[in-house]
Amino acid sequence: MEILVCVKQVPDTAEVKIDPVKHTVIRAGVPNIFNPFDKNALEAALQIKEANAGTKVTLLSMGPEQAKEVLREGLAMGADDAYLLSDRKVGGSDTLATGYCLSMAVKKVMADKGIEHFDIILCGKQAIDGDTAQVGPQIASELGIPQLTYAAKIEVDGTKVTVHQQNEEGYIVSEVDGPVLITAVKELNEPRFPTIRGTMKAKRREIPVYSAADIGVDESKIGLDGSPTRVRKILTPPQRTQGLILKEEDPAVNVATLMEKLTAQKLI
Amino acid sequence: MDLAAYKGVYVIAEQFEGKLRNVSLELLGQGKILADGIGDDIGAVLIGSGVKPLAQELIAYGATKVYVYDDPQLANYNTSAYATVVEDFFNKVNPNVLLVGATNIGRDLGPRVANRLQTGLTADCTGLAIDNDGKTVVWTRPALGGNILAEIICPQNRPQMGTVRPNVFKKPERDDSRTGEVIDMVAPIREEDFITKFVELIKMGGGGVKIEEADVIVAGGRGMQGPDAFTGMLKDLADLMGGAVGASRAAVDAGWIDALHQVGQTGKTVGPKLYIAVGISGAIQHLAGMTGSDCIIAINKDEDAPIFQVCDFGIVGDAFQVVPKLTEAIKQYKA
Repeated sequence: MEILVCVKQVPDTAEVKIDPVKHTVIRAGVPNIFNPFDKNALEAALQIKEANAGTKVTLLSMGPEQAKEVLREGLAMGADDAYLLSDRKVGGSDTLATGYCLSMAVKKVMADKGIEHFDIILCGKQAIDGDTAQVGPQIASELGIPQLTYAAKIEVDGTKVTVHQQNEEGYIVSEVDGPVLITAVKELNEPRFPTIRGTMKAKRREIPVYSAADIGVDESKIGLDGSPTRVRKILTPPQRTQGLILKEEDPAVNVATLMEKLTAQKLI
Repeated sequence: MDLAAYKGVYVIAEQFEGKLRNVSLELLGQGKILADGIGDDIGAVLIGSGVKPLAQELIAYGATKVYVYDDPQLANYNTSAYATVVEDFFNKVNPNVLLVGATNIGRDLGPRVANRLQTGLTADCTGLAIDNDGKTVVWTRPALGGNILAEIICPQNRPQMGTVRPNVFKKPERDDSRTGEVIDMVAPIREEDFITKFVELIKMGGGGVKIEEADVIVAGGRGMQGPDAFTGMLKDLADLMGGAVGASRAAVDAGWIDALHQVGQTGKTVGPKLYIAVGISGAIQHLAGMTGSDCIIAINKDEDAPIFQVCDFGIVGDAFQVVPKLTEAIKQYKA
């Protein structure tokens, strides 16, 4: 079985701070991390590999040269191969253009590996910097394969794949026979840590880097100019103003004051 | 692309078991504001099996035209089949704007449709407006974990598409005297649309009040120290007020409560009348999902917790003492 996992290096958004005076994003000192949901996707791939002899897990990322860090981390966790699409020309791509670029890179990886298709392509449900949850489905659409998003459970039986998809009511159970793109949620699994031996080995690995020309993209469909959407403005979220803070020693006093306010304002 | 040939603002209405999702109705209200700004009509697309009666409800909430794709094969949501239907709608009706609720299904369908139509899609919007040019939609959405808001436009492609978070816009008033046109459509679905097969739906949550529809939410965070508060003290207070229990990402990550209850940038956006945040520090990630609440009460032992910056009322103290006292006081008040 051939499995591809798409991974992204992202700023750790929990560490991003806003300059309280200038209301701008402070990016300095914010660490870059392996997108957490992509780690769940990789863990799922590795578990399928362990249960199905002969399975290979390949990683693909798009980003600057630095993104090799997450690819090496993925190799250290147990992936077999890794490829990076890195080219200034793809910078500024929106989700439509990114999905197109990555789908062309997937085709290039397939050609280089001499395989007809990946049985499963796994992505995280979304990247924590953009939170769009669009690129997985865009890749699937470009490749003409079905998608099963928000996977909280994946079962593989031969070529049949059964997925529990998270939704508002609980889980939709879907099945598919043949190539499919699946996006992973956090509840899918608990990602493993890289081993020391794996990390040492991954350090020495050559990671092939594709340019836009290598993957044969139509340059009118990539980058800022090839993207239908534009960012017009960046704003800081509106602030709510602080209300009444009660900090008496005795909780009963605070509760009594709160009740007075709530009943006076008919909030309960 | 002749942009002037594309007219009308349409909501892709989502229904579940014969009931329209609130977000679809909320979008009819905000969609009408956009349509008025452009000088266009507001309409809806209804997809499913046996759903035609819901068309009247969409009209009562403001749709002037409802295109109905009613087909037994569309009984259960299927990405490809539904995308084929929306693609058909676009090709026949040439809409200017398509609005989709940012539910899991909406976020699954949106990008598939946008890719087929090779247009832009803005995800998880929390603001919608018409630009000064009178034709371009300005989509506002949180990014970078809720730290910033980005205004996105899609000036040269049609349709202009966005998924919009539930509970951001108020549901318009229902008016059953409104009239509108119901247009029956034939779903041109193909065998290859059904490569993935629906097996079953496993319902979770035990039928209690859902956070996305609750008027009162009692939410717990890291300060709850374990799962017990979520089934005990927080639930008692929520039940008393006819509300639902919510949670921060920290509590969900710790495994204390199911992810269906998570409020925040990676969870759900909620807009209840009353939001009681208990032992929640108020990371920006969490605030992105709940600052639209009418009234916020924060209970936290850390006086410096950021949640106090956004609350209407705050109590500094031990939640395990404050919450039972508050529950008791409300119980007495109601008696």
